[in-house]
Amino acid sequence: MILTEESIARIKEKAVRYPDPKSAILPAITVAYRQVGHLNNDLYKEISKIIGIPYVEIAEAATFYTMFPKEPVGKYLIQVCHNISCSLMAADGLIAYLEEKLGIKKGETTEDGLFTVVGVECLGSCSTAPMMQINQDFYENLTREKVDQILQDLRSKA
Amino acid sequence: MFYSPVRTNATEAAQSDRLHLFRYVEDPKQVDYDTYVEHGGYEIWQRVLKDWKPEQVTEEVKKSGLRGRGGAGFPAGVKWGFLAKGTGKPIYLCCNADESEPGTCKDRVLMERDPHSVLEGMAIAAYAIGCHTMFIYIRGEFAHCADMMEKAMNEAYAKGHLGKNIHGSGFDLEMIVHTGGGAYICGEETALLNSLEGRRGNARIKPPFPAVEGLYGCPTIVNNVETLAAVTFIIRNGADWYTSMGTEKSTGSKIFSLSGHVKQPGNYEVELGFSLKKLIYDPEYGGGILGDKELKGVIPGGSSTPFLTPDLVDVNLDYESLATVGSMLGSGAVIVFHEGTCIVWALLKLIHFYRHESCGKCTPCREGTGWLEQIIKRIEMGQGQPGDIEKIEEICTNILGRTVCPLGDAAVMPIQSAVKHWRDEWQYHIDNKKCLVKTDFPFN
Repeated sequence: MILTEESIARIKEKAVRYPDPKSAILPAITVAYRQVGHLNNDLYKEISKIIGIPYVEIAEAATFYTMFPKEPVGKYLIQVCHNISCSLMAADGLIAYLEEKLGIKKGETTEDGLFTVVGVECLGSCSTAPMMQINQDFYENLTREKVDQILQDLRSKA
Repeated sequence: MFYSPVRTNATEAAQSDRLHLFRYVEDPKQVDYDTYVEHGGYEIWQRVLKDWKPEQVTEEVKKSGLRGRGGAGFPAGVKWGFLAKGTGKPIYLCCNADESEPGTCKDRVLMERDPHSVLEGMAIAAYAIGCHTMFIYIRGEFAHCADMMEKAMNEAYAKGHLGKNIHGSGFDLEMIVHTGGGAYICGEETALLNSLEGRRGNARIKPPFPAVEGLYGCPTIVNNVETLAAVTFIIRNGADWYTSMGTEKSTGSKIFSLSGHVKQPGNYEVELGFSLKKLIYDPEYGGGILGDKELKGVIPGGSSTPFLTPDLVDVNLDYESLATVGSMLGSGAVIVFHEGTCIVWALLKLIHFYRHESCGKCTPCREGTGWLEQIIKRIEMGQGQPGDIEKIEEICTNILGRTVCPLGDAAVMPIQSAVKHWRDEWQYHIDNKKCLVKTDFPFN
């Protein structure tokens, strides 16, 4: 099993709330994604056993939702909003700055496995642009100085 | 708890006896149950349970003229009235918190800073439609909003505002906080229902409308976060109070998310009919164009609504006025572009989004958004060909009105208006293989 006892308990706890157990698919893959950092077939199979929904239905749903990476990513997944409001406030420059600081291109992971940078669609922080989401956390009204500080903090935590 | 640093006009709302959604959003204690109650919270919920018939609630909301704040602008009370009756099936309420229309960041603030007002509105709406299990569908990236709504929900259960036989009324109401997976399409109500059922977020063919056959095939009402929060105040203060705000057909107040090239982007609650020009230029709100540059254009209602040129910006923010200048109020997301923005560059950002978010169910949208992105991209890269503008127009015409859900129309409307307003700039781009305006927004 990849999923921990804690994750399994969380999935079960969520699943019982719904009038139809199939509704627990998204909450279950969210729990799995938070633990592992990405999704894969082995996880769909484990979830299938836990909530009693056929594997194919889990995979069918999971592959629709782009929020969940389907390949391994860095410990910190940096998602920069590159939609219109953020672009007007220099999202392209923010991505370029991250690429420069981390020595990688958009879509790549640093050699130490710490950071992956991707561009994503609107994250609902349009009035606090530019912004990025790192794992579950939002970082808004970004400047070079703030980005330096955030990366330094994450490095020292890792 | 995480808290967005977004600027609001809470001070103005607090001094006003009319603005209500933002009155307490700068009070960090407002998220706590006790503070919400000190500010009058849950009093009307208890009174509704004791003294009101469900039909009276619906009638009051109808009378208030409240229109859906998610984008469609359909009257909320009328929507509730479409609910199939006597089916013997359970009735569901889903609060739509999928907030993902580019430019829109308002529902988030209500969930982050005044979650109980959203919850109370949901409960009142649930009572009106006879629903005993209500959901809030929150976009997956808003994990902190889901945490906040769960905290509010747990407090409401603990204080007996949710659960069985609430306050001895005999009315039962359960609540489920559900998070999605980051799909724009799931803000469309039938796609939201599919997603909530654990399926891919494809839109459903209507009819049947959700009010007849929605979640699990049962009658379902889907309302936006801001709509349901407004219900709390409409029932608390009455429909007459609500209609005293706004215009005749656009009653009440609305939160506008101001973004892009303004000095003070933020979320501002104003009465409908407020001046767009004032929102952008007044020092209390947007404070003018960034770098004191000239205005190029404005998208007034979220990225799916047509552009306005500077000569059209002297317009009021209500459903009717924006229609007269060829655009829409939408979700109230005002995106401002200054003179240093290449229109082709801006449209490439937008069409990339719609291509990415098209669910793929309908051919015109699935294929059309891809073709549009290819053509706009080649123009932007200096490889545009004669006839490209006409090709864009033709593809747009073939998407518009030919898809199951409005995503196709949403992709097309900003493009059509941008081609109409700035045709010369598109042509310059093709003829000269470069931008007329060099887009350069430095990240400092």
